[in-house]
Amino acid sequence: MTQSGSPISASDVAKVARLARLDIDDAQVAHFTEQLAKVMGHFSDIDALDLDGVGPMTQPYPLINIMREDVELPCLDTDEVLAAAPASDERRFRVPPIIGLDD
Amino acid sequence: MSDSPLSSIVATEDQMLEGGWELIVGLEVHVELATRTKLFSGSPNRFGDEPNVNIDPVTLGLPGALPMLNRQAVELAMRIGVALNCTIQPCIFHRKNYFYPDMPKAYQISQYDIPLNIDGFLELPSGTTIGVERAHLEEDTGKSTHVGGATGRIHGSDYSLIDFNRAGVPLVEIVSRPDIRTSEHAREYVSELRAILEVIGASDAKMEEGSMRVDANVSVHKPGTPFGTRCEIKNVNSIRALGRAIDYEARRQIDVLDTGGVIRQETRHWDDAEGRTHTLRVKEDADDYRYFPEPDLVPVAPDDAWVQAVRDNLPMLPAARRSALSALTGYDTRSEAIIVVVERAQHDYVQAVADAGGDAVRALIYVQQAFADAGPTPAVPAKDLAALTILERDGKLSATQAKTVLSELVENGGGDAAAIAAAKGFEAMDNSAVEAMVDEAIAADPDAWAKYCAGEEKAAGAIVGRVMKASKGKADGKVVSAIMQSRRGS
Amino acid sequence: MSAIPSTASEIAAAVTAKRITARAVIDDYLSRIDARESEIHAFNLVMAQDARAQADAIDADIAAGRPVGPLAGVPIAIKDNMCTHGVETTCSSKILEGWKPPYDATVITRLRTAGAVIIGKTNMDEFAMGSSTENSAFGSTRNPCDISRVPGGSSGGSAAAVAAGFSPVSLGSDTGGSIRQPAALCGVVGVKPTYGVVSRYGLVAYASSLDQIGPFATTVADAALLTEVIGGHDPMDSTSIPLASPSLLPSVSQGVAGMRIGRVTDLPAGAEPEVAARLDQAFAALEAAGATIVDITLPSLSYALTAYYLIAPAEASSNLARFDGVRFGLRVNAADTNSMYGATRAAGFGDEVKRRIMLGTYALSAGYYDAYYGKALKVRRLIAQDFERAYEQVDAILTPTSPVVAFKFGDKVDDPMSMYLCDIYTIPTNLAGHPAMSVPFGTGAHGLPVGIQVLAPALGEQAMFRVGGALEVAAGGAQ
Repeated sequence: MTQSGSPISASDVAKVARLARLDIDDAQVAHFTEQLAKVMGHFSDIDALDLDGVGPMTQPYPLINIMREDVELPCLDTDEVLAAAPASDERRFRVPPIIGLDD
Repeated sequence: MSDSPLSSIVATEDQMLEGGWELIVGLEVHVELATRTKLFSGSPNRFGDEPNVNIDPVTLGLPGALPMLNRQAVELAMRIGVALNCTIQPCIFHRKNYFYPDMPKAYQISQYDIPLNIDGFLELPSGTTIGVERAHLEEDTGKSTHVGGATGRIHGSDYSLIDFNRAGVPLVEIVSRPDIRTSEHAREYVSELRAILEVIGASDAKMEEGSMRVDANVSVHKPGTPFGTRCEIKNVNSIRALGRAIDYEARRQIDVLDTGGVIRQETRHWDDAEGRTHTLRVKEDADDYRYFPEPDLVPVAPDDAWVQAVRDNLPMLPAARRSALSALTGYDTRSEAIIVVVERAQHDYVQAVADAGGDAVRALIYVQQAFADAGPTPAVPAKDLAALTILERDGKLSATQAKTVLSELVENGGGDAAAIAAAKGFEAMDNSAVEAMVDEAIAADPDAWAKYCAGEEKAAGAIVGRVMKASKGKADGKVVSAIMQSRRGS
Repeated sequence: MSAIPSTASEIAAAVTAKRITARAVIDDYLSRIDARESEIHAFNLVMAQDARAQADAIDADIAAGRPVGPLAGVPIAIKDNMCTHGVETTCSSKILEGWKPPYDATVITRLRTAGAVIIGKTNMDEFAMGSSTENSAFGSTRNPCDISRVPGGSSGGSAAAVAAGFSPVSLGSDTGGSIRQPAALCGVVGVKPTYGVVSRYGLVAYASSLDQIGPFATTVADAALLTEVIGGHDPMDSTSIPLASPSLLPSVSQGVAGMRIGRVTDLPAGAEPEVAARLDQAFAALEAAGATIVDITLPSLSYALTAYYLIAPAEASSNLARFDGVRFGLRVNAADTNSMYGATRAAGFGDEVKRRIMLGTYALSAGYYDAYYGKALKVRRLIAQDFERAYEQVDAILTPTSPVVAFKFGDKVDDPMSMYLCDIYTIPTNLAGHPAMSVPFGTGAHGLPVGIQVLAPALGEQAMFRVGGALEVAAGGAQ
């Protein structure tokens, strides 16, 4: 996958940690890189398989057209839900300023 | 969404921008579907409720919640597909992964490479055909309110508050091909699309309330060269704003390019008050949505019977309505009167006036001129309007008189046109009286008459005005013109 | 009043016949928990007060002559990843500590309707990621057979609760072996039904296309009874198979005469010799009971581990994104929302969860999807096709459940790959979506329990329980 021969680099790990919103420091990056490289080293076994013409299997049981009717169901209690929230205000969920995010 | 293949549509000479630039626009239109409940759960799909009342485990993305697809949302999406001449195909849902506080699960359930509707088109009233790449189902987000700071905008706010009532509301995203070459066509496209969505009952399609949201991908290039880098314009909240935003953005890009600059691929925000766009964010590699098939939902494959039923039950679309009105009146389908009347869904009313024995052309014009706020079913009974058209057609009322009666009918919600005319003392003048008045007017203003006779048509106005004044508006303008022409000998 | 019976079916019969009260049953089990829970740590939460109230309500129903369900008065422990309305549900994670769901999982509703008494929420590997229950944020569970050893995982608390006699039955969830492997290590019966037989609604997802809820029990019959109660179509789960719950109890005692049982000749190596010997004994016992043993091959099986450790983390990376500190659970405050996300998730998730989230994020990310996730989905298809071919020749397949008996704490926890290899025999069924169960079958090294795994085709629960029932009988004779 990568030129170095290692299946995952420290910069890959730092990038996926950012994508996954996991703050990890440099020492952790190194630690996780070593562990993930070892695990992913095992994954090269499937490179030997001939997968041409094999369709992907995304679900184990072949169901189709499972739909519900457009009928209202009871809603949750707003107070109960907001009581479980880390922060709320004016019957809404409260979050710190939204910066550093898309849009 | 994905890059579209190059469009084969080329701007005509008069559509080109100055400096030899060609405008390329593709539109992404999100519409909220008019279902009772949400796309994947049984909470009401309702606008304007108290915050966070239309919530359930699925809407909030609580641990353990699972989506259940709303059949009616699929049905409405199929109607849109059929109305836009799309191929309806077996489809699956994907997860689009990104973090944002109004997106409860941190992924949006959407459709990716195998959407429900593909490869359609929309024919604009003016005759141009715009390709529709796809129309797919997805869920809406919640709504953020930014508190504190000076502007109430996201930047500089102290904190934000999230209401999830809108989260999970079914959306169809309709993606046009980059076939649009003028801002006028963009406006026309959205206007026609809105009319279609209303007619088929898929959405109330109100841009002001956000149930229809339009993003424009705008670029410019010189014909014969590859398309330019595009910018995505967001926050366009009316059809008028759409035209202004595209025109502004095209101008901006041309100015950048003309001065040797380069266009960055970015998302730009339209500020309607300032009349300009500004950078919202630069598109980067960081946009990695990690799409993968949604394992909690199974494929949807509408069978032929279902597709056929949707097709069979589709009401007459605006284009067909325009054709019908054209056949009825002899007017061109692209005439303003027909476009306006169909936009207002008043075509059935015009037909009803004609069916009641009225004059179809006059009915069309009356409706266009006097029924702007009357809605699809005006209060004036069709037979009352029919009677008025006949009075005018038969010369019993002049155009001016007819207009006065029409105002009365509209004001009163109907009435006997003949009685109203009589009450106002309107009676048709016989032609000999009018001839006498024309002669008097010629005598009173020989200069104007001389100019008219010399071919200066504008000079007729003075003569006609005198006749009208003398007849207190009862003379028929057309009759006056005919007498003047015969006197002039032309 | 008679002594408290030890199986669910006996308890329900005795309670329904008023030979014993549900209250007496629950008091007895709560006293057992009192006596030994500090040593075992099977539970994150013991719901003593609530359980007594539930039991009293059952007794009141019976006294009033109202009908009660097939699990009347049966105590049951629930893995802490199934939502219980108003009762803390943590997935053994700091990020959900203290969270009280505002709704019940479908299995909880069905258990309550059947008259079961929920006695507590059991410890697990955080978000069901692990094979030893050492990944719990709230401390490990000890194996009741040998408290210096792990109970297996991820449903280690549910397995230990049944093995320790804290409840006659319990529920776990199985994504790659998380019911069967701890069942084997603790010496109890564990069942993973066909994907789609038991509703996942209210089960906190680890890997949506692999997760399935199932029972632990001391007997195969109890496991069948529990599967009957929790199984069957649920309109709240799109992947729930639209069929009524299968009738399974009759199969348990039906015997295996005439059945064809598959022996996998190319099974990935690695089983301890004592485990391999027990498997040979199991085949011999089934043959003696009238079954035919048929050699089969499953050539793609050795690739299952790779497919699993790409697919499951990929789905998990998305499923666990909702733990963002906005609507529920832990929040670590920060100056802006994006910083809050990173800080909250860093503080709230343990290392194994972080590893799998990062692995899954990587497998799905731009440029790597085809090489990893896309390829894994194709391998998954190959494995399913292997099974399809095999089931043309056999009615069920026998393998070891775990290559090893219960291991010591700390043995594998720092070496993810060695831990992942614990699931080498259980993972393939999850990929295929088929049912499988682990039945205790004698002991291995150090006198520790060995489990034999019975595999069957999709919706082949009846065949599976026939074989399971026969193995149980044979195991009893063998010991």
